[in-house]
Amino acid sequence: MVVWTDAERAAITGIFSKLNCDVVGPNALARCLIVYPWTQRYFAKFGNLYNAAAIMGNPMVAAHGKVVLRGLDKALKNMDDIKKAYTQLSELHSEKLHVDPDNFKLLADCITIVVAGQMGSAFTAEIQAAWQKFLAVVVSALCRQYY
Amino acid sequence: MAEKRRGSVADHHVTKLLGSSDTRRHSEQHSGGTMVGWTEAERRAIRYVWEKIEVDVVGPQAVASVLIVYPWTQRYFGAFGNLSSVSAILNNSKVAEHGKTVLNSLGLAVKDLDNIKSTYAKLSEFHSEEVNVDPDNFRLLADCITIVIATKLGSAFSPDVQAVWQKFLDVVVSALSREYH
Repeated sequence: MVVWTDAERAAITGIFSKLNCDVVGPNALARCLIVYPWTQRYFAKFGNLYNAAAIMGNPMVAAHGKVVLRGLDKALKNMDDIKKAYTQLSELHSEKLHVDPDNFKLLADCITIVVAGQMGSAFTAEIQAAWQKFLAVVVSALCRQYY
Repeated sequence: MAEKRRGSVADHHVTKLLGSSDTRRHSEQHSGGTMVGWTEAERRAIRYVWEKIEVDVVGPQAVASVLIVYPWTQRYFGAFGNLSSVSAILNNSKVAEHGKTVLNSLGLAVKDLDNIKSTYAKLSEFHSEEVNVDPDNFRLLADCITIVIATKLGSAFSPDVQAVWQKFLDVVVSALSREYH
């Protein structure tokens, strides 16, 4: 089981309290599709992903970005057993969506960059460490049903 | 998993450059010395980021971040003295100096985007032969540099700019890793 120090819990909870999830989610997913263009293959039904402007303005991308952040919020509320909280999501992504699990890390990295951009100097190295640990646990839980 | 990711990003850039979907063929060409292509827009974006950052601030913060977020990297800095706590690392003058050194070398690459491989040739030998750094760690430092830049630039670090900046750092990391192959 993952162990969280009080400082880590505080850092992660603190980040969520500062974020507008309806802004971060869409921004992060759009970045993933722009910075790692091969990820667009999973979103063929989303319509126009032809260039960065189209991706940033695409309402289906935005909607899915919000879904992803709501999923992250579920992890926050179940920090002591993220593995269990993510069982069905993991099955969905592996059995139905067939997402290459490497891509979870790429999206996590984009979420981190958006959070860093929003928090500025408040995103200290310590807070970064706690946040990246949290996302690593989430990514690991998402990957679990692939094995 | 890190290796696969590095491969897919490098393959992607080469594929985009040469306009074909056969990544295996392009990997061979890439290792044979295909040059990275930069569009005018990409050059502008890299200079845009570079002009906005203070090397003496970003460098130290990024190296400190690597040592804090990925603590195993501290093994390379045994000669740097006290790294026993977050505040020790943040206040360590050798860490700060090394951060400035790293960012200054990045500045050389920014000024000569078409010759990054040769700019980094000696540094690559040094990191592999003398310092024996696991090249996966270059990517970790690159990621921390990107994150520190995101904290400084805020919304000015748009998705487009992020894409170009990460491509630039991928090329630098690849150049640094070259003497290992």
